[in-house]
Amino acid sequence: MDALKCDLLIVGGGAAGLRAAVAAVDVQPDLDIVVVSKVYPMRSHTVSAEGGTAAVLREYDSHDLHCFDTIRGSDYLADQDAVELFVDTAPDEVLQLEHWGCPWSRDRDGRISVRAFGGMSVKRTVFASDKTGFHMLHSLFQHSLRYARIRRYDEWFVTSLLVDDGKCVGVTGLDLATGRIQPILAKSVMLCTGGGGRIFPFTTNGNIKTGDGMAMAYRAGAPLKDMEFVQYHPTGLPGTGILITEASRGEGGYLFNREGERFLERYIPGKMELGPRDILSRAIISERQAGRAFEDRHGEYVHLDLTHLGEKVINEKLPFVRELASKYVGIDPVYKPIPVRPVVHYMMGGVSTANDGSTPMEGLYAAGEVACVTINGANRLGSNSLTECLVFGGFAGEAAARHAVSSELVDPSRIQEAALREEQRIEQGFLHREDGTERISGLRGEMQAAMERGCGVFRTRESLLETTRELAALRERFADVRIDDRGKVFNTDLVAALELDFMLDVARCIAGAALTREESRGAQARVDFPERDDERFLHHQMSLISEEGPRLETQPVTITRWAPEERKY
Amino acid sequence: MKTIDITVTRYDPENKPAPYDQTYTIPYDDEMVVLDGLNYIKDHVDGSLSYRWSCRMGVCGSCGMMVNGEPKLTCAVFLKDYPQGVRVGPLDHFPVVRDLVIEMDDFMDKLRAVKPWMIREQEKPVQEGEYLQSPEELQLFRQFSMCINCALCYAACPVYAADKTFIGPAAIALAHRYDMDSREEGQDQRAEVIGSHEGIWECSFVGECSVVCPKHVDPAAAIQRSKVQLTKDHILGLLWPWGKS
Repeated sequence: MDALKCDLLIVGGGAAGLRAAVAAVDVQPDLDIVVVSKVYPMRSHTVSAEGGTAAVLREYDSHDLHCFDTIRGSDYLADQDAVELFVDTAPDEVLQLEHWGCPWSRDRDGRISVRAFGGMSVKRTVFASDKTGFHMLHSLFQHSLRYARIRRYDEWFVTSLLVDDGKCVGVTGLDLATGRIQPILAKSVMLCTGGGGRIFPFTTNGNIKTGDGMAMAYRAGAPLKDMEFVQYHPTGLPGTGILITEASRGEGGYLFNREGERFLERYIPGKMELGPRDILSRAIISERQAGRAFEDRHGEYVHLDLTHLGEKVINEKLPFVRELASKYVGIDPVYKPIPVRPVVHYMMGGVSTANDGSTPMEGLYAAGEVACVTINGANRLGSNSLTECLVFGGFAGEAAARHAVSSELVDPSRIQEAALREEQRIEQGFLHREDGTERISGLRGEMQAAMERGCGVFRTRESLLETTRELAALRERFADVRIDDRGKVFNTDLVAALELDFMLDVARCIAGAALTREESRGAQARVDFPERDDERFLHHQMSLISEEGPRLETQPVTITRWAPEERKY
Repeated sequence: MKTIDITVTRYDPENKPAPYDQTYTIPYDDEMVVLDGLNYIKDHVDGSLSYRWSCRMGVCGSCGMMVNGEPKLTCAVFLKDYPQGVRVGPLDHFPVVRDLVIEMDDFMDKLRAVKPWMIREQEKPVQEGEYLQSPEELQLFRQFSMCINCALCYAACPVYAADKTFIGPAAIALAHRYDMDSREEGQDQRAEVIGSHEGIWECSFVGECSVVCPKHVDPAAAIQRSKVQLTKDHILGLLWPWGKS
């Protein structure tokens, strides 16, 4: 089995991965860098981010205010040293992307515009119309093309991390075009694979968001942190789950229930539509439970009303919202309110990293949604995640580059056995096996339903135990999975099976951590433990692999200047 | 529930040398897009059907295919609009890898060839702030920055059909996006790439590329404007050979 080789291997070509690649080549111009991704980089899910990216750029704003907003938004579970570093670095990163061509929206005087966003005290969210992620990703991708030292393996699906003597020394990858499984050896490996919204039935996330990096790190023995915190975005389109950006509320949109009330008055009168996502999503579910939601064949929903903004503002600031609502639910928001419901959007948890992107496993780095530094704690503020990709993508790229320079490639003979084992797992376990009765889509649907039922916006001990049982049963049934496609060339059936395999592990970690956190904090709402409990739970939970499933350890939260207090808006 | 016939042009290079048609009859409703139909087939009928997709909201650019003979994003066209049945094939003018998956290498190389990055003689440090740009200046190139790289325009382009070395609509639009940016100084370098090939002069005003573009980028306008610019540069070069403009 021939091994491919490079100095720095970045898995994933979204905002974090591309920012990391450029940062690495900037500090170490001679480094051989490979970005390997299961899709062409411009298909990465960064592309779907709409509203904006936060940074302190205005005189009226301040470092401390962005820190405080982020920490309060996190329900005091963010690591405050990470938040300070993040807020400090964010303005330069946003300007750097401007210098690289990103078409940020502008004020009359030519400066970069900012808009209001949920949980942010002042206008600090930089945007490119309502396609911010799209423009950031394409700007980064196009900028990355100028570097000959950044090579790409497009449409390679990475299936496992290779570990030697406790160090991450490479990966195994499946080249989709040929079906070949090959080790790729590297001095540093970085995961930038995003989150796993597809674990849930109703999500803004694209089909590729299947938790791959989280599962691979977990299997290799690296800890996952704060996995219980899954963000529901308050405003997705019923049926499809397509995201309607928070910027629609930032620009002045209202939420109404069936009785024509701006119901947030009941839940968060101080912030109303500009409240943080966890509180707004719970408010919508509570309205549902009180019988004040609309209902159609896609279930219960509320109205997001933009009609008072007028056609000009909608066309200038929210043209994509208009396009999406018109196309997918037949509603022109200039004239009619958009039906919306909470929808799984983002995972606060992920591969535990230090501020430089390093993980507890030598040679392994992570950045972006796959990682958990954590600036997001129990609830991320909208428009912090794109900035997080830039800031920590950059730091991680530099750190991984430095590590690569001072390290040697592993001797290929030392990973030969592990690589062969992986090839056999895939070929014997999926491609060539003759028996098997379970369809991928069946198991996947049951997993998603189990997660929504027991591990959704509101959770209880019983619901979580039930979901955990269901996941264990699904894991057993997965051993009996059958794929239809026996071909080598572009076998998307095989990829779907491997993705489901990853998702089942990540789902187990989410449910497991949600069960042991017996409190309500940020996105974790336990009906049986409705209060935040700093005495018992002001800590991170680390999920580590074991024979019996995820084993949990705790790690203290770093508090610098903001003592935990009641989260009031 | 209503049913619809979806006929897919399939290609399995490992087992059958030539493409063949396969028809699936599936249930559908008025909210289903063509991509939902393919996903139904993959999930419930035949997992071996291969195609690309991700965002299903018209922005990742993965799911371009021929739908009843026209290049379309399959997440953006509805089954109900094809009551007589729908025929889905891989994008025209590209080599096929498998089923509905086309080979993108040539397209990717062309994007890179036009140097789609900021070119300036001197870069100011980030600490000195942004390059100011008025909303009007942004407006000059904004439309051309909306390309999602779905490649539908290459599947529609008669020039690319005849000559695969033609740099093509999306790449020229991308070059134009940078050329029109007030922060940019690399126009000459891109003109060399675009003007060095005959293809651009063969492009008629038919504008099939702009007709099929799902994001209204209007690559045909970029091509015509590039021609005007190249001609102007050429004439100026003849009049003042020591330096243009």
